[in-house]
Amino acid sequence: MTIQIPEMSLVAMVGITSSGKSTLARQLFKPTEIISSDYCRAIVSDDENDQSASKDAFDLLHYIARKRLQRGKLTVVDATNIQKSARKTLIDIAKEQHVLPIAIVLNIPRKKCENRHQERTDRNFGLHVLRHQYRALKRSISQLKREGFRYVYVVDSEEEAQLLQIERTKLYNDRKEWTGPFDIIGDVHGCFEELKILLEKLGYHIKQTDQYFGYEVTPPTGRTAIFVGDLVDRGPASDKVLRLVMSMTVNGSGISVCGNHDAKLLKKLQGKNVNLKHGLAETWQQLEKETPAFKEELKQFLSGLISHYVLDRGRLVVAHAGLREEMQGRASGAVRSFCMYGETTGEVDEFGLPVRYDWAREYRGKALMVYGHTPVVQAEFYNNTIDVDTGCVFGGSLTAMRYPERSLVRVPAKATYAEPGRPIEESTRTDEADEGLLHLEDILGRRTLFTRFGKNVVIQEENSIAALEVMSRFAINPKWLIYLPPTMSPTEVSEENEYLEYPKEAFDYYESMGQTHVVCQEKHMGSRVMVIVGKSQEAVEQRFDVKEGGIGVVYTRSGRAFFDDKSMEQALLKEVQKALTATGFWESFETDWVLLDCELMPWSAKAQSLLREQYAAVGSAATLALSEVEAVLAQARERGIQAEKDLQISQRKQLVKQYQNIYGAYCWPVEKLEDYKLAPFHILATEGKVHTDQSHEWHMEHLHAICRACPPNGMKASHILKATDYRVVDVTDEKSRAEATKWWLELTQANGEGMVVKPQQFLAKNEDYLVQPAIKVRGREYLRIIYGPEYTLAENMQRLRKRKTSKKRRMALSEFVLGLEALERFAQKEAFRRVHECVFGILAMGSEPVDPAL
Amino acid sequence: MLLTIRTTHVPATDLGFLLGKHPDRFQTKSLAFGKAHVFYPEANEKACTAAMLLEINNIKLQKNKRQQFSASFKLADYVNDRAYAASSFLSNALAKVLGSALNGNCKERPDLVNQSIPLEVKLTAVPARGGLELIHRLFEPLGYEIEAQTTVLDSAFPAWGDSPYYNLCLRKTATLQSVLTHLYVLIPALDNKKHYYVSQAEIEKLLAKGEAWLKDHPEKNLITKRYLRYRNNYVRRALNQLLEEEEPSPKASASEDQLEQPLKLHDLRHETVITTLKELGVQSVIDLGCGSGKLLRHLIKEGQFTKIHGMDVSHQAIEVALDRLYLRDAGPLKKERIKLFHGSLTYCDQRTKGFDAAVLVEVIEHLDESRLDTLQQIVFGYAEPDHVIITTPNREYNVLFEGLPFGKFRHSDHRFEWTRTEMENWATAVAKQYDYHVKFEPIGPIDEQHGAPSQMAVFKKKK
Repeated sequence: MTIQIPEMSLVAMVGITSSGKSTLARQLFKPTEIISSDYCRAIVSDDENDQSASKDAFDLLHYIARKRLQRGKLTVVDATNIQKSARKTLIDIAKEQHVLPIAIVLNIPRKKCENRHQERTDRNFGLHVLRHQYRALKRSISQLKREGFRYVYVVDSEEEAQLLQIERTKLYNDRKEWTGPFDIIGDVHGCFEELKILLEKLGYHIKQTDQYFGYEVTPPTGRTAIFVGDLVDRGPASDKVLRLVMSMTVNGSGISVCGNHDAKLLKKLQGKNVNLKHGLAETWQQLEKETPAFKEELKQFLSGLISHYVLDRGRLVVAHAGLREEMQGRASGAVRSFCMYGETTGEVDEFGLPVRYDWAREYRGKALMVYGHTPVVQAEFYNNTIDVDTGCVFGGSLTAMRYPERSLVRVPAKATYAEPGRPIEESTRTDEADEGLLHLEDILGRRTLFTRFGKNVVIQEENSIAALEVMSRFAINPKWLIYLPPTMSPTEVSEENEYLEYPKEAFDYYESMGQTHVVCQEKHMGSRVMVIVGKSQEAVEQRFDVKEGGIGVVYTRSGRAFFDDKSMEQALLKEVQKALTATGFWESFETDWVLLDCELMPWSAKAQSLLREQYAAVGSAATLALSEVEAVLAQARERGIQAEKDLQISQRKQLVKQYQNIYGAYCWPVEKLEDYKLAPFHILATEGKVHTDQSHEWHMEHLHAICRACPPNGMKASHILKATDYRVVDVTDEKSRAEATKWWLELTQANGEGMVVKPQQFLAKNEDYLVQPAIKVRGREYLRIIYGPEYTLAENMQRLRKRKTSKKRRMALSEFVLGLEALERFAQKEAFRRVHECVFGILAMGSEPVDPAL
Repeated sequence: MLLTIRTTHVPATDLGFLLGKHPDRFQTKSLAFGKAHVFYPEANEKACTAAMLLEINNIKLQKNKRQQFSASFKLADYVNDRAYAASSFLSNALAKVLGSALNGNCKERPDLVNQSIPLEVKLTAVPARGGLELIHRLFEPLGYEIEAQTTVLDSAFPAWGDSPYYNLCLRKTATLQSVLTHLYVLIPALDNKKHYYVSQAEIEKLLAKGEAWLKDHPEKNLITKRYLRYRNNYVRRALNQLLEEEEPSPKASASEDQLEQPLKLHDLRHETVITTLKELGVQSVIDLGCGSGKLLRHLIKEGQFTKIHGMDVSHQAIEVALDRLYLRDAGPLKKERIKLFHGSLTYCDQRTKGFDAAVLVEVIEHLDESRLDTLQQIVFGYAEPDHVIITTPNREYNVLFEGLPFGKFRHSDHRFEWTRTEMENWATAVAKQYDYHVKFEPIGPIDEQHGAPSQMAVFKKKK
């Protein structure tokens, strides 16, 4: 015999001692799916038979069962389960976890069990125990269904047990393999005309026919309509809506979940005593003319509507009134009730309607939750949920959300067909006390962040701990922080004698990673900054949900404000805004704002105290010391006394001068706006778009145009924006490599920091693996700032050649995907905490100890 | 990195005996951090100069302690002054290379040891944290004639001013040993850094080298503190032993900000807050921004408070508080009553809910004013305790603090300081928005014109 076991279930083995429960369980299920009470008893007491340990053993058993069920894992409880109270606990756990309780009963003749018991040496109790158990079992069998077990399978003999097999079945709501695309339509409530227009707008062809239930609907290729329920009541043509949706269901162009009104209509059709309020009377009247045969079909249709669907690999859930994450893809009375009515506490408001608890406020689900039920003025994404009931029947509109596009299509109501029981208010959520507030539980602890780039990132707890204070006390308003840049690895150590870093190794790396072309960009020495600038203050403040009175913000790689002086920041942003406006950027990118990844110079602007207290101080100490040393050694040499080995003092003096020269190259006084230079190198994001699908050449070309922009009124081009020099290199071509190397040598000999080598595509892959987004090749002189004035001495070079870049590269990739994930989430208007968790993760990774000189 | 010692004692070459290093040889010794070379640029009857040159290799040092990257400036390990400056490396080299002279031993000419001879000591790149003035304060009481010379930080940037390093020339007629012990102790004290972990053994070293002179040095407190890297218990023990006192000296405070000290404002604040909480009949209280637990320590003593929790954004502060309040090994009752956790006032946190009162003592001024919006939503809108007590400095009072330049805040981390009106405006608006009553109280002695040094707002939730 084969019995069906739904994946989401709690299976209770029921049977007396020695009836073969454990053997059968092992025969049917995976070892890890079975929790045995004997085993738990042994775990807590070292003795399977220690009855005094039973309470603790069952606590443990229940604990494990809960943990497994929370994770959606089939769980089998191997205990006698012949006492009603023991079973009740299991049923309660199943309900609480919204899984189906199932009983497999071993109703083996007592004699058999007794014989087996006597053969066993591991049980120390007498046969009278079995007799008691047997009596209890007999009493139980007929009760099981009534107690709440969804399925009860009784096995009457050993032979039957040996032949028993299971088939694991999915729940009806599990449609994860169905990836769409979908058009999810809000509460229709009998608004047939509007529904027709909406479907046509969405590209569905509707033809009246004799087939199906009167309509033949052809969807745009591959698309399916999903109705969030409440097809009927209040509106002018519930009958027609039903016919249309039933037709669509039959020909596969649409499906619906069950709304509370649909469920109530079904009750009425089943002849139950139902109050004809809230628009059911109209529906009933409209259905009057229908034939009994149709009504029978309708009954079938309505009773076939299920509470919710989990779609697209678990990324999309549709339910009439929404559903908490922990209830999604599960089955219980509570799930069905939640799906139809939402979360209520029994409290009623001044209109006598149940007070609805705003479960979406705490929604943290990974799946986009699309629902209706509560009419709102406008459908809005909120915490990865969206209510698409825009109250068409109350004179609002009928809304569809296209998935995966996440775009909204609306059709206004032709009339106000009914008055709402309570007024439809503008979204009150913006007034909520904790609107926009972030929750600690969303960032602290060891966390795994899932990204859409085939790479998930684990943030270690100690790193989050370190980042909390920075984010809380030093970062700017996190609403601005939609991105932080990844760290960047240098090249492997050069084979060239005189150089620690050299272009060859960067080219080799990308070539080995299957890239034929790379983009080499001049690397500026300043401060890495992110620049967000809006077309107008209103536009940018609205999009970023901030009220700080500015057209944007300039922040550093650790999320701090670059400028202490707000007015200087705004003046700089104004320059950027002017250039963008002059090049028609806002129109061509169809955006009100942009996020640019830039280098802001000079270095001394932000690093003033660092320069004086560290760099210049070291230089001055060296100057003071080395001259004296040189003199004293010379004096000794005159006496004929000297070291065996040259102490290289004059050479070291020269190196200190070179060191002073190189840091000096990145310093100039900044008193006014024109003293700053801003070099943008990525157009990271604009409204609805993350431009990482564009090549680096594209970024460079667009930015060059912006940097050279002349404002229309004949004013000079901005002196502040600086175009970044770059070239495309074919790494498979020696000549191309040689030219780029020559360019790099010239750059670095002229005190340039060096260059950054990037793959041609922003997001480059070698087969399935992501390639480093950038590799820096720093100049020989520049590296004195990093490794100290004297690093080029042979002895030092030898030591430094042992550096390792693998950890740095791992971090760079993780931070890179997190950054892009944050941008994608922001672009798709996901809940802000979902953006923040990525950005916080990048900040947290920054506290991981890595050699800072890399 | 360079120390030269010159004498005009006749015969000057006796210096070679005293140092135990032959004047005609160039000697090199390998040390953990690099090399020490000893040689004589001049050696004749009339004048003899010994030089000790240290070769310190930062990059080599790095290899030895790869993981210890300091948080504030991460490249400091590679780009630093250790290769050039006179530092604790010099003291270490004195002990390792010129140990016998430092300890007053001289096998061949023991008679020379106690002989005072004219000495001229030159040191290059002495980092004087405290400036030239401190150099004088440290060496003058010991009878040195001082010559100091510095240079500009960077000749390309004259606006950056002078270097904090000095080439020093110290002259004194004294025994060589006494001069070396002075250098041994005072160079690291001037530098105010140590290249190694300061353990108890450092107390012994300090006492041994400072035995003859430190006791009478007017700057003995500063020298001891810096030498022992501000480890208060070490400093206390060293000073006690040095002065042979029974009673421990008053707590050596390492606090930089002693402006408010005479008023003991800190204690006063805590006293006021606790009195207020008691009057309000509060039982459960959460200290938001508890730091290392100064207020909690007082709260714990009061039996009225049955649930005392503390939160701080600094994980380190929480760790310190757990020690100071002896919570790690406390019994279950105490652990139930007092709980500390790492959290933030800009994130919602379940653990902040359900308290009769929340207190924020000198906390809000450590957040940017623009983030207060979030803070008030969290405290009043989300955690919503029945009572909220907030204290913050009264900026008007600042003019009465001597040594606080006009327009400066009391603490470098203060993002703002409010006048009484500013505080009252903010608190009144918050109370209105979140349905609280609010009243204000001064903390500390009241100046007629400027009010009290600190101010307190007490919020009570409307029923």
